[in-house]
Amino acid sequence: MASVSETHPANKPSPARWLVVAVPYLWLLLFFVAPFLIIFKISLSETAIAMPPYTPLFDGFGAIGDFVSELDFDNYLFLTDDPLYIEAYLSSLRIAVISTFLLLLIGYPMALAMARAPTMLRPTLVMLVILPFWTSFLIRVYAWIGILKPDGLLTLLFQSVGLFGADDQVQIFRTDYAVFIGIVYSYLPFMVLPLYSALEKMDNTLLEAASDLGCPPWKAFWKITFPLSLPGVIAGSMICFIPITGEFVIPDLLGGADTLMIGKTLWTEFFGNRDWPLASAVAVILLIMLVVPIMIFQNQQKKVA
Amino acid sequence: MKSSRFDATVLTLGFAFLYIPIIILVIYSFNASKLVTVWGGFSLQWYRTMWSNQGLMDAAWITARVGVISATIGTVLGTLAALSLVRFTRFPGRMLFSGMIYAPLVMPEVITGLSMLLLFVAVGIDRGFWTVIIAHTTFTMCYVAIVVQSRLLTFDRSLEEAALDLGCPPVKTFFKITLPLIFPAVIAGWMLAFTLSLDDLVIASFTTGPGATTLPIKIYSQVRLGVTPEINAICTILIGLVTIGVIITSISTKQAEMRRIRDEHVAARGTT
Repeated sequence: MASVSETHPANKPSPARWLVVAVPYLWLLLFFVAPFLIIFKISLSETAIAMPPYTPLFDGFGAIGDFVSELDFDNYLFLTDDPLYIEAYLSSLRIAVISTFLLLLIGYPMALAMARAPTMLRPTLVMLVILPFWTSFLIRVYAWIGILKPDGLLTLLFQSVGLFGADDQVQIFRTDYAVFIGIVYSYLPFMVLPLYSALEKMDNTLLEAASDLGCPPWKAFWKITFPLSLPGVIAGSMICFIPITGEFVIPDLLGGADTLMIGKTLWTEFFGNRDWPLASAVAVILLIMLVVPIMIFQNQQKKVA
Repeated sequence: MKSSRFDATVLTLGFAFLYIPIIILVIYSFNASKLVTVWGGFSLQWYRTMWSNQGLMDAAWITARVGVISATIGTVLGTLAALSLVRFTRFPGRMLFSGMIYAPLVMPEVITGLSMLLLFVAVGIDRGFWTVIIAHTTFTMCYVAIVVQSRLLTFDRSLEEAALDLGCPPVKTFFKITLPLIFPAVIAGWMLAFTLSLDDLVIASFTTGPGATTLPIKIYSQVRLGVTPEINAICTILIGLVTIGVIITSISTKQAEMRRIRDEHVAARGTT
């Protein structure tokens, strides 16, 4: 198939064909890659009280020498000096690791149940998983505020079934627990779908053979089903882990003052303290932390495609 | 059949977890009482307050325009990107190109938003309506590219090759053969791009400027002050619109698919 398409006359370079590649290519270079170079540059400049609030590092391309001599790592030194930032990075990683694990724990049985459901039912089940993903992230997080608030619906429910007295309240809102609930709720479809597509492709005759040979179901699961679904596990975990590490909306709306997450720190530095270079440095370090997971994700995607 | 009972329980609990919060939110938008936990009877008053809230309505209008424009540009660019990825196996920098398509899908929004803003400031573009559109186009085009790419990978190229062999120019072949065949995926990509744009708070907050407050930014600033039934009302309308949109698209996609299969049957009978 590949050899046919490459020798086909239609695949000879022609202006129109080059345009097909060039237009999206240039767009992404300009609006996705160039901004990263700029963020890197500004993270190395000094804070100034002006608009924009940073000193330009270099204007024009003749000033590379000046650029190097004026490099200023103060923002990075500041980040390593203040334990608050290091704690925020570690806490983001911790929250992302735990929530990814929770997502696997909840998402895997769901995906498995979907893959074992009758073929007729499967498209509907997939649709039911996707539908919440189409409704706004913000709305879904907001929905949990009304449930988890101390005077919210969960308290009301517990009081009405007699689990709680009239004065007891659910103390989950504005804690890390609320953040975990919000994250698991919002990211569940992203975990279930890659797992489902890996499990659905599985050859059931393998499991039948195992059971014929006297292998108990739980053993067959760990020996056959789970190893074969590993690509889905990796894809789903990366799709969840990477954005969760930089998550802002969920810790901001559901978390407490002591919920440290780096996305929140970056937001505060930028919008609250208006320290653009420091916010850029925070972003650069976050990006460096995520390089390895992003590369794992990219490789996984290439194998699928 | 122990495992099938286990599966049914898992799915019931899973879907309950996914849907109950949304259903509660919708129900309480019709609550006459201002207190979120007290049911004061059915009422549409929050829809009326919402309707007369000029700030909210302006934001909704801006969001709709940003969504339509950025989804449309993003769909064109994303479709081109998908064609490049699937049909051109070799060109300089193809690795970088596929990297640029996949990376925005997982990139934390705070990084994308901040870097985008710094670009606009560095180039000296005033932030506002169009900068939000550029930002939204950039990340939605990658989602469109993935959706269209998966359709192109399962695509039977013999029709295209027949047209080319018969002397149809490549550009015309694309519009006459390829595009109609991948059209359901293109529409699905547009829908996805539109809802992602409608939904975005973080990237829009960084790239917006005076006079271009989008609905999520507006909702976010009100949510921080607390839960109000008015927000429930606007959320309910958004959920309703999206649900209707998704259902219509899935039905029309299914119909297009059935029509295609029927046509293929007719064609197959014609040749034998």
